[in-house]
Amino acid sequence: MKTDIEPTHTPAGTPPRIKARSTGRAGDKIFLALSRGSGIALLVIMAAIAAFLSYRAAIAISKDEANFLTAFEWNTGTEPMKFGIAVLAYGTVISSIIAMAIAVPVAVGIALFISHYAPRRLAAPVAYVIDLLAAVPSIVYGLWGALFLVPHLTGLYTWFDEYLGWTGIFSYQGGAARSLFTVGILLAIMILPIVTSVSREVFRQVPKMHEEAALALGATRWEVVRMAVLPFGRSGIISASMLGLGRALGETMAVATVLSPSYLINASLLDPGGGTFAQNIASHFKEANDNGRDALIASGLVLFVITLLVNGAARMIIARRKEYSGAAA
Amino acid sequence: MAKRIDVSGLTAYYGSHKAIEDISMTVEPRSVTAFIGPSGCGKSTFLRTLNRMHEVTPGGRVEGKVMLDDENLYGSGVDPVSVRRTVGMVFQRPNPFPTMSIFENVAAGLKLNGSYKKSELADIVERSLKGANLWNEVKDRLNKPGAGLSGGQQQRLCIARAIAVEPDVLLMDEPCSALDPISTLAIEDLIGDLKERFTIVIVTHNMQQAARVSDRTAFFNLAGVGQPGKLIEIDETERIFSNPSVQATEDYISGRFG
Repeated sequence: MKTDIEPTHTPAGTPPRIKARSTGRAGDKIFLALSRGSGIALLVIMAAIAAFLSYRAAIAISKDEANFLTAFEWNTGTEPMKFGIAVLAYGTVISSIIAMAIAVPVAVGIALFISHYAPRRLAAPVAYVIDLLAAVPSIVYGLWGALFLVPHLTGLYTWFDEYLGWTGIFSYQGGAARSLFTVGILLAIMILPIVTSVSREVFRQVPKMHEEAALALGATRWEVVRMAVLPFGRSGIISASMLGLGRALGETMAVATVLSPSYLINASLLDPGGGTFAQNIASHFKEANDNGRDALIASGLVLFVITLLVNGAARMIIARRKEYSGAAA
Repeated sequence: MAKRIDVSGLTAYYGSHKAIEDISMTVEPRSVTAFIGPSGCGKSTFLRTLNRMHEVTPGGRVEGKVMLDDENLYGSGVDPVSVRRTVGMVFQRPNPFPTMSIFENVAAGLKLNGSYKKSELADIVERSLKGANLWNEVKDRLNKPGAGLSGGQQQRLCIARAIAVEPDVLLMDEPCSALDPISTLAIEDLIGDLKERFTIVIVTHNMQQAARVSDRTAFFNLAGVGQPGKLIEIDETERIFSNPSVQATEDYISGRFG
């Protein structure tokens, strides 16, 4: 009599079910090559950009008769060349700071509204409209800024001048509001969608159990947000802001359309003048000769470095409180 | 101050689905009442109606009355937020705030209720952690993140957080189901201590646990999938486990179903 625990024999010719290594399949190999290749390509491209910028920048800076970091002029058409990035660095940083100061609180507010306050019927359309803002081309923002925002801001700036003019940075002499502050407002609107949608996704991922913990202690909705949602979303808000900042620092057409550039630093943020790296490159690139282009590339290198520094700083902020980030929970 | 809970004619819905139907019971102060029953019988839902957490779920709705001594928790002028400040809750999975230290976790509820002096806060945190049998394990690292503790310690931290605000009632929703046996024992011992001061209601899937920790046990059941859960009977724990008055209870306890 046969027992039913008798082992079933593998028919001759079938391969053994357990192999020495399971990575030998074609799909694994292809995927490994693809992902490793993309990773390496990214590094190579970054290095190539840095090398290109550095090489051309070095040529330009060696021909610069003025101090590249501190000079308040941009004269590259004739020998000797005299140019400096002080005004551009100031304008880029200031307009981005203004944009962040306006956009981040508003974006976090909208994201919280969508994720935690709005009824579901309302949340989806609001989220959609915000995402739609990201699809508007930047030249359209520029035209809207120049044709609508600039004329409508004179009233606000006059008001600022009246009450805050004594601070110096909010004094206003009248005239078209083609200033760094206007650029900041426009950039704020442009980075709003990206900051909002990234923050919204982070807020949605707050574990239900943390929110319930707060609720069960007798927290109101705002207290739940403050105890559970915002601390959990903190690093996400920083990442979202960095994405927005990246766009603000590099924005070209909208700034070039709105700003009335000059190579001076105004004490007032409201008076026209100043410039940003990207705007300056866009305004000069077409008519520049070879020397001029190298000079513009040198300014581009500085923007590259500023962006890297900002991102590095953001990573440090996120890493500093990693053990409290909730990633372990 | 421990208070008596008196529930009458309570029905709870998720949208149009009736989750529990017409439940009435009394929970005595300074005692432990255990809810047992098969999955989906609505014992957790019922527990969450006792601190108005049920209505936090979208579509959640409650009919009926829950009296805490002489105050109806579902009265017209009652703010659910203030209900939750007097009826504390401990959840199935330990949920300390990951962004807060051990100290901040315990103090979290206090900060909602008003401002305390630093020394007062430190006293209450110490007392609560001692009350949760956790003080000796964490007193040297109060500023470390609460999420760094073991699962059982985290759950006791959550209990400390809940009792720090001196609630009238403490609800526990399967507080040991995510814990190992040793941590479970620690929590069960703790429940025995806590009932001197609080009215405790605990949902559990573990019948030995119900038998070990509770004074009274309520058995919930449902007629079938999609049917609302009902309270079958509530009695002294000893009676429920030795000589229940309803056949279904005996079947469930002896393992004949569920």
